[in-house]
Amino acid sequence: MPGTQTLVNELVTKLKKRRVEGSQETALLTAELLRSVISQLKVPPTNQAETLIEAVKTVGELLVAANPVELAVGNIVRRVLHIIRDEDFSVATSSAGGDDRETAEENGFRVQTVAAGPPSRSPSLHAILDRTPDSERAHHSSRDGDSFEGKGKSADRNAESWKLKHDVIRAVNELIEDINSCHEQIAEQSVELIHQNEILLTFGRSRTVREFLCAAKEKRRSFRVFVAEGAPKYQGHALAKDLGARGLQTTVITDSAVFAMISRVNKVVVGVHAVMANGGVIGPVGLNMVALAARKHAVPFVVVAGPHKLCPLYPQNPQVLLNEMRCPSELLQDGEFSDCMGVCNGSGNPLLNVVNPAFDYVPPELVSLFITDIGGYNPSFVHRLIADYYSADDLDLQKRTTS
Amino acid sequence: MPPQRKGAAARVSEDTEDLTRHPLQAILLADSFATKFRPITLERPKVLLPLVNVPMIDYTLAWLESAGVEEVFVFCCAHSKQVIEYLEKSEWFSQPNFSVVTIESHNSVSAGDALRLIYERNVINGDFVLISGDTVSNMSLTQVIQEHKERRKKDSNAVMTMVIKQSKPSPITHQSRLGTDELFLAIDPQTKQLLFYEEKTDSYRGIIPLDNALLGDNPSICLHNDKQDCYIDICSQEVLSLFTDNFDYQHLRRHFVKGLLVDDIMGYKIFTHEIHSSYAARIDNYRSYDTISKDIIQRWTYPFVPDVMFSGNSATHLEREGMYRASEIEQSRSAHIGPFTVIGKGTKIGNNSNISNSVIGKGCSIGSNVSITGSYIWDSVTIEDGCDIRHAIICDGVVIKSGAVLEPGVVLSFKVVIGQQCIVPSYSKVSLYQQPTVEDSDEELEYADNSSGTVDSSITCTVDTLNREMMSETPASQLGPGGVGHVWSICEGAHEEEWRHSVAPIPADKLAEVIQSLEDDLELLNLDGNAHSVSGELKSGRNGTDSEDDDVEDSRDDSIIYEKEVEATFLRAVNENIKVPDVILEMNSLRLSYNMTSADCAGAIFYAMMKQALEIPHATAGELRKSAASIIDAWNKLLKFYSKEIDDQIEVIMKFEEMCLESVKGVLTTFFPDFASFI
Repeated sequence: MPGTQTLVNELVTKLKKRRVEGSQETALLTAELLRSVISQLKVPPTNQAETLIEAVKTVGELLVAANPVELAVGNIVRRVLHIIRDEDFSVATSSAGGDDRETAEENGFRVQTVAAGPPSRSPSLHAILDRTPDSERAHHSSRDGDSFEGKGKSADRNAESWKLKHDVIRAVNELIEDINSCHEQIAEQSVELIHQNEILLTFGRSRTVREFLCAAKEKRRSFRVFVAEGAPKYQGHALAKDLGARGLQTTVITDSAVFAMISRVNKVVVGVHAVMANGGVIGPVGLNMVALAARKHAVPFVVVAGPHKLCPLYPQNPQVLLNEMRCPSELLQDGEFSDCMGVCNGSGNPLLNVVNPAFDYVPPELVSLFITDIGGYNPSFVHRLIADYYSADDLDLQKRTTS
Repeated sequence: MPPQRKGAAARVSEDTEDLTRHPLQAILLADSFATKFRPITLERPKVLLPLVNVPMIDYTLAWLESAGVEEVFVFCCAHSKQVIEYLEKSEWFSQPNFSVVTIESHNSVSAGDALRLIYERNVINGDFVLISGDTVSNMSLTQVIQEHKERRKKDSNAVMTMVIKQSKPSPITHQSRLGTDELFLAIDPQTKQLLFYEEKTDSYRGIIPLDNALLGDNPSICLHNDKQDCYIDICSQEVLSLFTDNFDYQHLRRHFVKGLLVDDIMGYKIFTHEIHSSYAARIDNYRSYDTISKDIIQRWTYPFVPDVMFSGNSATHLEREGMYRASEIEQSRSAHIGPFTVIGKGTKIGNNSNISNSVIGKGCSIGSNVSITGSYIWDSVTIEDGCDIRHAIICDGVVIKSGAVLEPGVVLSFKVVIGQQCIVPSYSKVSLYQQPTVEDSDEELEYADNSSGTVDSSITCTVDTLNREMMSETPASQLGPGGVGHVWSICEGAHEEEWRHSVAPIPADKLAEVIQSLEDDLELLNLDGNAHSVSGELKSGRNGTDSEDDDVEDSRDDSIIYEKEVEATFLRAVNENIKVPDVILEMNSLRLSYNMTSADCAGAIFYAMMKQALEIPHATAGELRKSAASIIDAWNKLLKFYSKEIDDQIEVIMKFEEMCLESVKGVLTTFFPDFASFI
């Protein structure tokens, strides 16, 4: 498959050279790439699922190794693997159950597996609660299924192999749609969280936060926003500009003024880089300080995050590269300090060293609430979400690379 | 080629360029045409030397690719086979939207030759980036190329944009961080046009001669000594043809840039672009190798840092305190690895070894109780127990037997063996090859030696076998028992300079020495009574004391000598009452022999006349005026012969102005009305 190979290489080089930034963009590109990998893969009649899993894993390894800091890549790869496993399971049960196609179709839908009671996972609380609307959607999808079933009926074996691939691709498409629409889903919940005449504080720049705040504004909530500028990238400036343009009352403060201002704030709303399995978050550098200040003054610390930010790994995992040291010239221009950088003391240590980490880790104790596209959750509930989205077999995606 | 026609042609091509956008091209010179990295470069081309475990050329290519260059012509000369082989093995030939084409040459001895060859190939069809294969940068090219194109639209003579960066040279050694000489630039602050380019050498002793015209022609100029030349140039097509027209241009800066700045006939202009937050530097000598390696480890070159795989480098993890570790490292528990260290794949480190501020390549084995500080150790090096290595460069395959000590600044070339308990003195260079014995004058050496370098490469195998045979005969005493290699002797003059360019930090006693000599110089200068301040590095005026042998100086010296000659001739004419036509004849011959314009001639004659007038004893301004008037009257014809054109007359007036400035008494100003009437 030269076609997929070049596509994979393209994304790998992009990731390697840090040309794709932002978890949403990365997640979308990864999901689209995996979709094309799956669709171009020739599936043998037996062991289809394993072939698919193998193919996705090999591509996934390459992608994760290309930029280990961008956790969204690994998340999406694991999500797709989970989708394949799920679909495979549903196809298997359907063939075992003979003509019970309807249930198989239902099972094919990602959260529905609960109904068939897969032995690999415990039923999720969320799935049980939300069964009714989901089955409605499943019904809708089963109608889709009917149309292709008519075509594939002639050769049963072929149809089945084709069906697995088709189901997987459809599920991946849904995933892509989920990622695309997560901002709107999250923003819908803003009215319930933002009250009249509140003062909110946000940090750095996040598209999710921007949509979240603007949605509340559109619902005629009047509130004020403090934006901490987020040194050294100063992305808070851009956010403040956007918010101001949309008619929100915005105040820009320095990062160091956060503690002084926090006592006036009713709620902290931030976007993050990734949500870890224990409910801790990785966010722009300085976020932990904001979280600590919020805790000190008992201000709720709300994290808004799309589904692609949910990472099934624990931050203690040595394979997770939590931080990235960025270019020191974001802080200092080396020309100005060239005279002190050249001089070394006896041991050869440079006298002037500049460290510019990109991320911060906020422990779960400091997070009050997660707002995801499917609702608000406690940090302690994150591992249940992860059990919904990922299968345990795929967690060691990176372990394979090293062994 | 007449300039008008070329300008028109350029404009046409400019217009078509707007319609069909040319892919951005670059010329990468994979040969430095210098010998600063000897003896290592006898065996491997400079661009393939590892810089923090990645060949230098990969940094340059990765940057060009990320900066949006679509076509790169890699010019290989010395060891061209190795460069081409390496590129074929690497993934550079198979990148989408990025094509790498190699151009091979065996007889180019300078950058000038290389560009002339590329011109003949006729592959460049628009603006291009001219860069050497040892440049590390992460700057964005968009802005500078846009600026360059806009300038070209307004003025087709703006052929080149040079990238510069702020960098303060050390006040003591007058040397930049990169170990290059202090650089003096004169830049027009408004247009950013480069007006003057001079690399400071010691002979200047704090004096920089500037041409008067420089100050006269430009409303404002800015003199900088805190800039660093990044050796990244955005050039127009004309640059290549200029190199072909001026077949004696060899060096990009020394000949080409200075040539364009001095030459005002064609009126080509060079502009500068200063970068602030991004990084760009060129590895010119061992010191810059050290500095740039440290910058890479400290991530100034992000994203071209060891833990980002920008080329085929192996995965490396960044740990605390700037420590980079690749996979499969065997490290003893008691070994201590300090900050700012890079350790390559598959390296073994023994008990109680101490490594700090160093780069260690792939597959090295380091014994117990070894101490390594500030050193660059390349691949597959064996270091036995108890060695002490400080600020050294150690190439592939070197074996250092137990107990050996390398003092700061040592360079060990490929496969050298250092014997047990041997102490290698500071700044020594050891190679399996004999030092070439041909030593000509500096300029010659730089180019002549390079051709011998290519010869070396072609007969590497034979030399290698020869060396094997000679091993037993090697004077092992210098390198201890079992040592293999030749210690290169450092020629007398170079020894003084060795500490400037070495990887080792400048030793304290050298610094003290330099400070002392600097103070002595200043005292001397003050005794001379020259009218410049202690700190002032600028001295304008046509001062004949600096006899530099470069082009600018030559022409200036010429004009001074010429003026003296004219003056002498004129004096003789006055004293011996020679007739005007005869004087004109003599002046013409002088003019031709010194290759001067008639304007220069008129100026010089006028100067001589005025001087004559000043020398006649006078008491008051009026008397002086009278005597001057009489002289001018007497030699009116002579002066008129040369000042027919308006330009010539302007030159006369300029000369008059200059004299007024120089004259202490300032009485000459009184002539002014008189003078005006004469013209």
